[in-house]
Amino acid sequence: MEFRRKDLLGIAELAPEEIRHILATAASLKDISARPIKKVPTLRGKTVVTVFYEPSTRTRVSFEIAAKRLSADTLNLTVAASSAVKGETLMDTAHTLEAMRPDLLVIRHPASGAPHYLARRLKCGVINAGDGLHEHPTQALLDLLTVQEAKGTLSGLKVAIIGDIAHSRVARSDIQAFIKMGSQVTVAGPATMLPPFLSSLGAKVTCSLEEAVTGADVIMMLRLQLERMGQMYLSTLREYSRYFGLAPRHLKLAQPDVIIMHPGPLNRGVEISPEVADGAHSVILEQVTNGVAVRMALLYLLIGGEKA
Amino acid sequence: MSLLIAGGLVVDPAQALASPRDLLIEGGKIAALKPPGTIPGDGRRVIDAQNLVVTPGLIDMHVHLREPGEEYKETILSGTWAAAAGGFTAVAAMPNTRPVNDNAAVTRFILEAAQAAGLARVYPVGAISMGSAGQSLSEYGDQKAAGAVAFSDDGRPVMHPMLMRRALEYARTFDVPLIVHEEDLDLRASGVMHEGRVSLELGLMGIPAAAEEAMIFRDLALLQLTGGRLHLAHVSAFGSVALIRTAKAAGLTVTAETAPHYFSLTDEAVMGYDTNAKVNPPLRTAADVAAIKEALRDGTLDAIACDHAPHTSLEKDLEFEAAAFGLIGLETSLGLSLKLVHDGVLSLSQLVAAMSTNPARILSVPGGTLAVGSPADVTLMDLNRTWQVDADTFASKSRNCPFNGWTLRGRAVMTIVGGKVVWEEM
Repeated sequence: MEFRRKDLLGIAELAPEEIRHILATAASLKDISARPIKKVPTLRGKTVVTVFYEPSTRTRVSFEIAAKRLSADTLNLTVAASSAVKGETLMDTAHTLEAMRPDLLVIRHPASGAPHYLARRLKCGVINAGDGLHEHPTQALLDLLTVQEAKGTLSGLKVAIIGDIAHSRVARSDIQAFIKMGSQVTVAGPATMLPPFLSSLGAKVTCSLEEAVTGADVIMMLRLQLERMGQMYLSTLREYSRYFGLAPRHLKLAQPDVIIMHPGPLNRGVEISPEVADGAHSVILEQVTNGVAVRMALLYLLIGGEKA
Repeated sequence: MSLLIAGGLVVDPAQALASPRDLLIEGGKIAALKPPGTIPGDGRRVIDAQNLVVTPGLIDMHVHLREPGEEYKETILSGTWAAAAGGFTAVAAMPNTRPVNDNAAVTRFILEAAQAAGLARVYPVGAISMGSAGQSLSEYGDQKAAGAVAFSDDGRPVMHPMLMRRALEYARTFDVPLIVHEEDLDLRASGVMHEGRVSLELGLMGIPAAAEEAMIFRDLALLQLTGGRLHLAHVSAFGSVALIRTAKAAGLTVTAETAPHYFSLTDEAVMGYDTNAKVNPPLRTAADVAAIKEALRDGTLDAIACDHAPHTSLEKDLEFEAAAFGLIGLETSLGLSLKLVHDGVLSLSQLVAAMSTNPARILSVPGGTLAVGSPADVTLMDLNRTWQVDADTFASKSRNCPFNGWTLRGRAVMTIVGGKVVWEEM
């Protein structure tokens, strides 16, 4: 199939066949990262700019490695939110960057919809590397690739997503992604972190970790943002960990070949016990490896080829 | 000079009138109202109003004119021009200007600027609290004497319940209404749109309807305690309507308004992160829209007021979270409200009551009727003229209109203030 998008803004806009195409492309590019010389000339002469308005290491580095492996030139701009407040608007920053003729802008921004705002106004392509509470589509795609590799399929699986659903763009993208590909999603967490209307996204909702993981093929733990403690969402970390932290005993409730995922970075001992994070079921590091492959695929599909 | 408006369908709920009449204006007042063809036209300007509806001048009791302080968004001149273009002969100007209208000097400044503009009348609303900071009462007596018709901290709720109690009592002392923006700020927190399915999908923090309902409940309880006149601004939620209906049935002296966007749009309008649909209270669901329409129909809501809130691209061409709340409405309010008449939700008399008679009564200002001897504030409407909303042609200085491009049926074709034609598009 042909992939004819200027931007990659969210899972919501993608059709299942587009997702399959991205995953197939990622799988075919994956072996580049396993070669002694991890570089192909595909994107030679292209420029990819990453603009991060939130601190991030793994996503930014993953995009940068992906671009470099395809021989694109990369430039990273990390904007502290405080200086953005004092300085120019997002639009002015983006126009300034565009005037330097990059081919693609990769943006992470604390405001939901910021990449969409830019994509409507810029001629160059935009990849959403995480916008507010809204979406983190490249994370969901790398999660799909990881599950597909482990399970051989993306349909008919039981996927449990556990934690702070309300503030998680990973959860919003993953729920939609797994449902689009034909799996069943159950989300669990304290009711303070389960926004109303979650079931309208097609997910089953429960406050019981045990219920969510029973019979699960995939368990996705979300990072607990520790600043939520001061915002009345939780009582204590100790209690959160007791009721919503994934421990070895929970794995007995799941399918024997269950895989454990986490977008990182981990709060060891809070949402996930070290035994589970480092155990045989964990595919957390495969997720990181697949992140590079998926981002290579997206860079290739958006700015590789002749259509540009 | 005298003006004869001949043969129009005169709709004046205050006189229980909805029949063709000749309307004679002399000396800035309504001089006669008689059956068609009975007032001679010689020596007068005669306006043929057959096929038109003639109503008491529309009054929008909730607008932000931005002057003094934010003249780049709107001025008293441009705002009253927009009002006249929308068929309004008078507006009530909210006090959240810079400085805040919390004293007689600012009130007098607004009145002088409005007089100089010579378009729609302006009724200043004073602040409930000094600087609208929610700490201490402002000078209601002095401001009323200077021309303020009501008091409001609009844009903000009165969070402190004791200050709200004292404000109700102090307002009763001077027989002035309080107009309240009902919202619990702690429940709103960092919310930017209605909390529901759409906010979940867009990843935007929600404002639950409970943030509005809880404050309305509190203030109805306080009103029961203190007496006085309480008017609820921009009611948007299903649950709020139910509370008001119950309070009115119990005899409380509460009145309430809604805005055209609350019966014309739902939170779906925010899809695509359209900041022109960012408004507070937020656009809600289809069930809320249905409840608002029903409440206008059964009289639970007394008035339609557009909450005209001009902002420029500096406040609106931003990420959704960073954009200001508010949209402009003076030039679309009547067209959107007439849809309720075309759709059979309201009779024409009910519409005129909500947009003229009731606002005049609630604010205790002249107008709201075409009875002989009243000020000659008159709006002429063509109910069937279809037109396309084009914000670039607005008299308002701002363009933050979520209805741009809509086709509306019906509009004001002439606006007369004190016997003077201030807007004409016959």
